[in-house]
Amino acid sequence: MKTIRFLLQKEFIQILRNRTMLPLIILMPFIQLIILVNAATFDMKNIDIYVVDQDLSSTSRGLVDKFEASPFYHLEGRSFNVEDGREDLLTNEAEMILNIPEGFERDLRRKNQASLQLLINAINGNAAGLIQAYSNHIISGYNQHIAVEWTQGVAAQKQQPLEVVYSYWYNPEMNYKIYMVPGILVILVTIISLFLTAMNIVREKEMGTIEQINVTPIKKYQFIIGKLLPFLIIALFELAFGLLLGRLIFDVPIVGSLWVLFGVTVVYLLVILGFGLFLSEISDSQQQVMFVTFFFMLVFILMSGIFTPTESMPDWANKVNVINPIAYLMRIIRMILLKGSGFADIWQEFYSLLIYAFLSLGLAVWRYRKTA
Amino acid sequence: MKRFFGFVRKEFIHIFRDKRTLLILFGMPIAQILIFGYVVTNEIKEARIAIYDKSKDAVTHEITDKLLSSDYFRLAKTIEDEQQIEATFEKGDVKEVIVFESDFDEKLHHEQSAQVQILLDATDANMANLLQSYTSGIINDYSRHIKVSSGNMPAIKPKPRMLFNNELKGVYMFVPGTMALILMLVTAMMTSISITREKEMGTMEVLLVSPLKSVQIIAGKVMPYVALAFLNGVAILALGYLVFDMPVHGNVVLLLGETLLYIIMALSLGIFISTVSPTQQVAMFISMFALMLPTMLLSGFIFPIENMPWPLQWLSTIIPAKYFIILIKHIMIKGTGFVFVWKETLVLLGMTAIFIGLSIKNFKIRLE
Repeated sequence: MKTIRFLLQKEFIQILRNRTMLPLIILMPFIQLIILVNAATFDMKNIDIYVVDQDLSSTSRGLVDKFEASPFYHLEGRSFNVEDGREDLLTNEAEMILNIPEGFERDLRRKNQASLQLLINAINGNAAGLIQAYSNHIISGYNQHIAVEWTQGVAAQKQQPLEVVYSYWYNPEMNYKIYMVPGILVILVTIISLFLTAMNIVREKEMGTIEQINVTPIKKYQFIIGKLLPFLIIALFELAFGLLLGRLIFDVPIVGSLWVLFGVTVVYLLVILGFGLFLSEISDSQQQVMFVTFFFMLVFILMSGIFTPTESMPDWANKVNVINPIAYLMRIIRMILLKGSGFADIWQEFYSLLIYAFLSLGLAVWRYRKTA
Repeated sequence: MKRFFGFVRKEFIHIFRDKRTLLILFGMPIAQILIFGYVVTNEIKEARIAIYDKSKDAVTHEITDKLLSSDYFRLAKTIEDEQQIEATFEKGDVKEVIVFESDFDEKLHHEQSAQVQILLDATDANMANLLQSYTSGIINDYSRHIKVSSGNMPAIKPKPRMLFNNELKGVYMFVPGTMALILMLVTAMMTSISITREKEMGTMEVLLVSPLKSVQIIAGKVMPYVALAFLNGVAILALGYLVFDMPVHGNVVLLLGETLLYIIMALSLGIFISTVSPTQQVAMFISMFALMLPTMLLSGFIFPIENMPWPLQWLSTIIPAKYFIILIKHIMIKGTGFVFVWKETLVLLGMTAIFIGLSIKNFKIRLE
């Protein structure tokens, strides 16, 4: 016990006296959290549109007014020539051209039907789909409006026979940020704990100090505990502080039990730390271990469902995710914080992580040799 | 000059000796492209839904069939009473519950109106939005179908045309984005670490007392990474072109030239990082935190810049990847020439100059 205490003391002194690393470890994650959560949004606003109104009737003007009044759109320019708009589309100054052809109002009055064209920059397919949906919404609203006006209210009675109502649970304001905060927090905690452990032992190897430890009577398990515990504590501290920031700045609800959350996180961190330790044992240089770690990180992060739901991934990806620890915590942390799921809802994931922790720590202990 | 080439050869040997790093260097872009191509999508496919049918009559069955016969939804659970809804959501494997009110058929025929309720787990607001619009779309379609003819209503028909990307493919976003991310990380991280390593190990001093000029030392150290990164970039482009049908409408020479410029920019950033970091660990943390997440999130790769709050839009102007992504999209997808991208090119050139200038300034101080 005493040996472990001294080892811990040594590690903490080494971490705390490093004046360049300390601010990186403590400040960086939180600056990132605050900035990046704001960046991560799929909400569309200020869509730049270019209006080509060749009809210039009261009906077409009414429609353009509707677009202008919408908070989602911003009128970038207008002319009578579609080519001018295309130029703007090419230079990214406009995202969509609303092209109302000549005779729009006349056709609408005489044939009860008129068409208009939406030219959308679709390089970002997702955004283009949303722009189209928003535009259709405005147009059909306007359509309804003039239908009622022109038929003196007859149209109003002919509503849809099936009424669809919807309600958004757990997040009625559709705030995307409260979904991203836990996600980015998981990433930050993972980066810190994985990289610090992975680089730590290799550094001792490169410096030659590992041999000094090897000749001492320190036992294998004492050494590993001494190496892992400090990073576990740092990571838990980061999680706690990150949650506090999320609560204060982004109003992230904490519906579920924090005890369960921290319990799961400890097990998760054991997986990550064991993994980092193992990687550092099989690597020869900091550059190498960093690159290998980085590779796994990137793959695991992208597949974990942080940006896109795991449900829309193909089956093989979900099979790969069985060995992806980040995917487990990503799911659990959001369930606990946002929906208040309890241990009964997550026990399967919890036990999987527990088994995983045994495997990864076991691997690390087995691979650690006191001989050089 | 001969000395210089000898030095470059030494660096190449250093890199090629480390098989593991080399494997990852080339495995990474392939893995990334495949992940983005097949895994990271926002498309709704076979989303698991639950249905709570209080009525169980012909009409509700028909609507259920309509929903499930689309590729979007798969029935994961049938719910029999109100209490189960919340428990189902908390369990987390169902994102949407559809509720049909009781006596659905009867109400539809006698009162001309019946209600379908869609309950969504909106923790992922974006997903909830998509699910809602797909579901209402299908139900409204059905509704229109049973509605007696609409009579003489004026109808405006919007005709959307998706320019540059007819089928709304994701590849147009992720190939440029992946390139920007990988090239930036590989070059900036590798160079910063390999230079810092020499400093940390004390071998830098050995190099400095050699007859090589300091510029030659740095140039020699980064040369192999230029070659590797360029190969990487070409591999990503080839994968995008061959596997995912990413078009190359513009000039290939211009495309490769801009890629090279971006690599050199990333290198000078890497050199700059190495001049300010005392240890490899610090160099790594700076490259990791200052480059990885911002390059992913502030460059317009995953989230469009126009939607961000203005301080972040402003911040994104100092993210080099942003300009590279704009360039690549212009050249590959829109097929525009140099006239449309000279501004971005100039920005990248300027950034390179700034990083090199700063590095020279810092490097000299260390020599004294």
